[in-house]
Amino acid sequence: MSWWRCLMGITWRELLRFTHQRGRFFSALVRPLLWLLVFAVGFRAALGDSIIAPYRSYVTYQIYVIPGLVGMIQLFNGMQSSLSMVYDREVGSMRMLLTSPLPRWWLLTSKLLASVLVSVFQVYAFLLIAGLFGFVAEPIGYLYVMPVLLITGMLLGSIGMFLSSAIRQLENFAGVMNFVVFPMFFLSSALYPLSSMRENSELLYYLCSINPFTHAVELIRFALYVQWNVESLLWTSFATAVFLTLAVWGYKPDRGASARAR
Amino acid sequence: MSSVAVREEAGGRIAALRVSSVSFHYGDLTALDDVSLVVDAGQVNVLLGPNGAGKTTLFSLITRLLQPRSGQIEITGRALTSHTREALGQLGIVFQQPTLDLDLSVAQNLHYFASLHGISRAAAQASIERELGRLNMLDSINRSVRRLNGGHRRRVELARALLHDPQLLLLDEPTIGLDIPTRREFVENVHALASERGVGVLWATHLIDEVDLALDQVTILHRGKIQASGAAHAVMQEKGFQSLEDLYESLTSAGGEA
Repeated sequence: MSWWRCLMGITWRELLRFTHQRGRFFSALVRPLLWLLVFAVGFRAALGDSIIAPYRSYVTYQIYVIPGLVGMIQLFNGMQSSLSMVYDREVGSMRMLLTSPLPRWWLLTSKLLASVLVSVFQVYAFLLIAGLFGFVAEPIGYLYVMPVLLITGMLLGSIGMFLSSAIRQLENFAGVMNFVVFPMFFLSSALYPLSSMRENSELLYYLCSINPFTHAVELIRFALYVQWNVESLLWTSFATAVFLTLAVWGYKPDRGASARAR
Repeated sequence: MSSVAVREEAGGRIAALRVSSVSFHYGDLTALDDVSLVVDAGQVNVLLGPNGAGKTTLFSLITRLLQPRSGQIEITGRALTSHTREALGQLGIVFQQPTLDLDLSVAQNLHYFASLHGISRAAAQASIERELGRLNMLDSINRSVRRLNGGHRRRVELARALLHDPQLLLLDEPTIGLDIPTRREFVENVHALASERGVGVLWATHLIDEVDLALDQVTILHRGKIQASGAAHAVMQEKGFQSLEDLYESLTSAGGEA
C-alpha cells in the first residue's frame, strides 16, 4: 500500500508541476508541429508517397512522419525529465526523493512512470492537433496506441534517467543533445523508411535497425493502425529492461551518483 | 520494531544514531577517516567543522545517498545496510540546500513528502496541521512556497522532516542565509523538539553561536577526522579552553589536534 501511495504521490507532483509549466507543454508541441506542418511539406516533394507496412495504400509523407513525431515528443520528454533530474540532484530535491525508505528502484520507476504519463498527455494533444489538420490514423488506433506509448515512454525515459545518473553537472547535458538525442532521432525510421536508407547506405541501415528508437517508432506506427509489430515490441521491451536496470544501477549508493556533484 | 534486530545499549537505551568506525574516500581523497559518534534520544549533537571537513559526506552516508566502504551506521539500533527501510523510516532531514518545490503550495509539498514515506492522505493531513501549527505556520498552508521568505521556508522544511515522527533529525547547516532572529528561533525550535519529543538531533554547522554550551554535545570534525567530542562544557574543560570558539579555532587550524 505504501508503495502505491508513493507512486501516486510522485505522479501527482509531476502532474502539478506540469500544470505549472505551461510553457514546457506548448514548446513540446511546437517542435513536432513545425516538423509536421512545415518541414514535412518540403520533404514530401523530395520523398514522394509510398506503400510500406502497416499502410495499405499510398500515404502522404505527413501521415508517414506522425509516429516519428510522436516518438520525438517522448524522446524529448525523456531527456527533459532527465535534465530536471540532474537539476533536482544539484538543488537537492532528488536527494529528498532518494532518502525515502522505499526501495530505490521503486522510487526511480515511479518517477519514470509519472514522467511518461505527462508525455502521453503531450502525445494526445499533438495527435488531436494533427487530426484537426486532416492527418489522422485509424480511429481505434488512438486507443490501441496508449499501452504502446507507456512502453516507448518507459524506454526513452529510462535512457534519459541512465544518462542523468552519469552526468555530473547540468552544463554537460548539452552534449547529450548532440551525442544522443540527434543521432537517435536521425538514425531511425522516424523521418524516412529504412528501405530508403538501405538503398543509399547499408551501414546506416544497419545502425538504424539496431537503434531502439527505430523500434519504438515502429511500435507506435503499427499500433496507430491497430497492428502489433512483434519484433519491435520485443526489442523495445528488452531495451527498456536494460536501460532501466542501468539507471537503477547508476543511482545505487555505492556508485554515489546522487552525491557526486557535491 | 517487531522482527527487526535492534541493538540496545546497556540499560535498555537505544541510541538514535550510532556511527562506528566509518571511512569514506573519493578516489584518492579521504573524506572521512574512522569516524565514530553517538547521538542519544533527546540529545542535540552539534557537528562543527569548516567547509570540506566531511560533514556533508557524513550526512550523505547516514541518509544512504552514499555507501560507506568500511564501518557501520545504525539508526535507532537498526543497521542501515541490512535494515535500510526501517532505518530510513526513522530519519528526518533538513538539507543545506532548500529542497521545496517553489511552484507548489506548502500543503502540496508536504503531502508529496508524506507519500514518499507511504503515509495515507488523511494521516498526512493531520500530521501537516500538527507540525505547521507547532511552528506557527498553519496560516500559510495553502500559500505557494515561492511567496514565503527564507525563514518560513526553513520552518516548512523542518515541519516536513517531522511529518513521519522520526526518532533522528539530521540538520545540514539549516540556518545558512537566515537573519539572526530567525536563526535564534530555529535553534530554539530544534531544542524544544529534542527535549519534548525525545528526538535525537545531529546538527551540522560552522556557526558556533548555535551551540547551547550547557545542554548540547559537540563533535568537531576536521579533514575527515573527529578532533573532539562530548558535552560542550566538558570538551572545553578537558582541552583547557575558556570558549568554544577558541577550541574550535585551535582544532581546525592547519593540522588540528590541540
